[in-house]
Amino acid sequence: MPKRTDIKSILIIGSGPIVIGQACEFDYSGAQACKALKAEGYKVILVNSNPATIMTDPEMADRTYIEPIIPEFVEKIIEKERPDAVLPTLGGQTALNCAFQLAEMGVFKKYNVEMIGANAEVIKKAEDRELFKKAMQKIGLDLPKSKRAHSLKEAKQVAKEIGFPLIIRPSFTLGGTGGGAAFNIQEFETIVERGLEASMLSEVLIEESVAGWKEFEMEVMRDLADNVVIICSIENFDPMGVHTGDSITVAPAQTLTDKEFQLMRDASIAVIREIGVDTGGSNIQFAVHPDTGRMVIIEMNPRVSRSSALASKATGFPIAKIAAKLAVGYTLDEIPNDITQVTPASFEPTIDYCVVKIPRFTFEKFPGADQTLTISMKSVGETMAIGRTFKEALQKGLRGLEISAAGFDDLKFKPTVAELNNKLKYPCAERIFYLKYAIKSGMSINKIYDITKIDKWFLNNLKEIIEVESFIKKNKKKILKNPSIMRKAKENGFSDIQIARLIGSDEVSVYSAREKMGLKVSFKLVDTCAAEFPAFTPYYYSTYELEDECRA
Amino acid sequence: MKAYLALEDGVVFEGKAFGCKGLSEGEIVFNTSMAGYQEILTDPSYKGQIICMTYPLIGNYGINTEDFESLRPHCSGFVVKELSGVASNWRAGGTLSSFLNKHKIIGIEGIDTRALTKHIRDQGAMKAVISTTITNKTKLIKMAKDSLGLVGRDLVKEVTCKKAYEFNKSGKYKVAVIDCGAKYNIMRELAKRNCKVRVFPANSSAKDILSSKPDGLMLSNGPGDPAAVTYVCLGHQMLGLALGGKTYKLKFGHRGANQPVMNLSNRKVEITSQNHGFCVDIDSIDKDKVEITHINLNDKTLEGFRHKKYPVFCVQYHPEASPGPNDSKYLFDEFIKLMKGSHA
Repeated sequence: MPKRTDIKSILIIGSGPIVIGQACEFDYSGAQACKALKAEGYKVILVNSNPATIMTDPEMADRTYIEPIIPEFVEKIIEKERPDAVLPTLGGQTALNCAFQLAEMGVFKKYNVEMIGANAEVIKKAEDRELFKKAMQKIGLDLPKSKRAHSLKEAKQVAKEIGFPLIIRPSFTLGGTGGGAAFNIQEFETIVERGLEASMLSEVLIEESVAGWKEFEMEVMRDLADNVVIICSIENFDPMGVHTGDSITVAPAQTLTDKEFQLMRDASIAVIREIGVDTGGSNIQFAVHPDTGRMVIIEMNPRVSRSSALASKATGFPIAKIAAKLAVGYTLDEIPNDITQVTPASFEPTIDYCVVKIPRFTFEKFPGADQTLTISMKSVGETMAIGRTFKEALQKGLRGLEISAAGFDDLKFKPTVAELNNKLKYPCAERIFYLKYAIKSGMSINKIYDITKIDKWFLNNLKEIIEVESFIKKNKKKILKNPSIMRKAKENGFSDIQIARLIGSDEVSVYSAREKMGLKVSFKLVDTCAAEFPAFTPYYYSTYELEDECRA
Repeated sequence: MKAYLALEDGVVFEGKAFGCKGLSEGEIVFNTSMAGYQEILTDPSYKGQIICMTYPLIGNYGINTEDFESLRPHCSGFVVKELSGVASNWRAGGTLSSFLNKHKIIGIEGIDTRALTKHIRDQGAMKAVISTTITNKTKLIKMAKDSLGLVGRDLVKEVTCKKAYEFNKSGKYKVAVIDCGAKYNIMRELAKRNCKVRVFPANSSAKDILSSKPDGLMLSNGPGDPAAVTYVCLGHQMLGLALGGKTYKLKFGHRGANQPVMNLSNRKVEITSQNHGFCVDIDSIDKDKVEITHINLNDKTLEGFRHKKYPVFCVQYHPEASPGPNDSKYLFDEFIKLMKGSHA
């Protein structure tokens, strides 16, 4: 289908101020959308309250309003500009919520503005827990079990049916107080009694806890012709219980067989169709039981999300740009892949490297804040690193955090046994370094798994980094002269500083010894297709491999 | 232990051995699927080939008892960047390395698989040897050059079943599958759709097959060069030849789980699983007799066609998936519909 000519002007809603949980990733997606729609010849009207964004640069849109993103103000802009359409899916949750309210208020109807990408009904279906649950049941997807109870007796019956651990959420409380997680009947009774009292309806929702399950995300795109493709799968290093924004995450999924991956792919496609996102990207989260493989759907975001920005950079597939083009009527097979030029956007990127995202915390700036990582996001930024192996990418990512870590470093002090167990059990910003301490102090992978539920594949990779570390130490006399030992260190992501510390040397000496051996960094392409086709406008990541693809 | 991969054009890669030790020859090809190595290894279509996985981390979820596409692996060698030290999955029953060792397949890790893939992409699929015993590079290159290769080779007789058997004993529709190296999932998908499935060796006579009075006939996937095979085989390519078309060898083939194909009847895009080095020439097809139904959106090659008069259709890719997306499973339903139609 060619692009729509019945709409001439489009209102894009930005994401507003940068807060924890919603940062520059939505500036990135919004700016991409502005550029794509302008290039297609549409008049772009932009509203964003944050002047310190790329999106609000004067050349980005035809009309830019730096006004609060609240319905009353946006209505005034609509009244003045009379756009033909509004695109609410590229400005995070803020834009989505604002557009939903405008729709409920009847503003779009009044001024004859069409919602493109996702309409109010779609937003409601994805966001309302009850409607979402019904929709998922309709397409046969499993969810965490849940039931409402109005008395302690009723609640105990539900607990018996579902089994511990359980999450208790009181319905209609002021400020959402009174809920919690219960691991046994004593805790359960206390929380339920408290919850029933706090609830204005004397009602609690009792939900099966999926804490500790494996967590996955899928980035999905759909066009008006109902073509659906999966852009990227993501596996969380930290299992369920830690917000995705606070988790170390890895692309693509590492520990799923093809059968299990396809099950998740089929489910994702069914979800985007059932929820009814017309065009653009969605993010769908799943939890998988580590022992039985039972897969449940957690949630779906009918919009470009934090993970979409990650998935775009991880695969080379520009999700926001393509989403904008799909919103105005193009189909995936009509849009060329910028990188290969010969293939269409209606394909699924395949990658030949490993991507690791690591969150950055600044708890020192929030004295008194609870530093345990939970289901609400606390990180303020992140690094993303690409390597040929998980080990290499993880070390690069840790190095990039600017927390003075040169990679997968040692803790700067010796924790007590109780402290160590505590830090492993309750996720925290430094857990990755406590994991290193645990492995080095001889705790078995099985024991660490029992405490953390971090998949053994990840734990084993950590162990392998530590083994390479001992290998470097053991060869401290040889490494500066022996290219194969040096290569092994570099391939596993060790920086010159890390090597220098391990062998009691300095960075410059390691660097020059390496240069002398001719062991230099090589650059490889991010090309969406694992080298199947030549790449024209790709970007590079550094690694230590045979071939350097850098053309500069 | 060191291992070597030598190509006939003189390029040699050095890595670390895993799986079985020894020496074997085959055509070097790459596969871009990120998961599904167990299905790929046990797909008989890889007979005579050394597979390079473009995804660098392989073996992560081990090997399980369920995801087999035939009784055992058929490839000549397996090339990866990094073999996982553990098998982590609730279904895992063993590691990839011990599986390959058991089935006498040589694996090599620590290879710059991206450099190798680009080389195959630019120079085309070629003959190669993989070795842990002979380490002399000149000797290995010569062995690669002197090896048989795939062109003109009929490999079907090496992977087809020895005698006919019932895959599924009951069902409404009787289907005869001609096993040219069939993947189990073809039979599983048919069985799921209420078909009684009988599998025949590829060299069965028409009389043998028709004596079972099938409602439908399925020509399976399989390895080798279709031009060399004179009986029924390699489904699509064979049908192409039978209808007067020509086949040719693609430079480096389609092997992966992300190939976009357009179904021309409804203009919808399917993401398909593919594994083929040969292809039916789209221009050689007699358009009066045959209707083109599917094309590859990457390189516009022929992916499917149907006969205008007879109830015959075929696709070049793998609707049975395994590994790969399930987008094209509807083709099995269409097959059932065709059988229904001829019942009436």
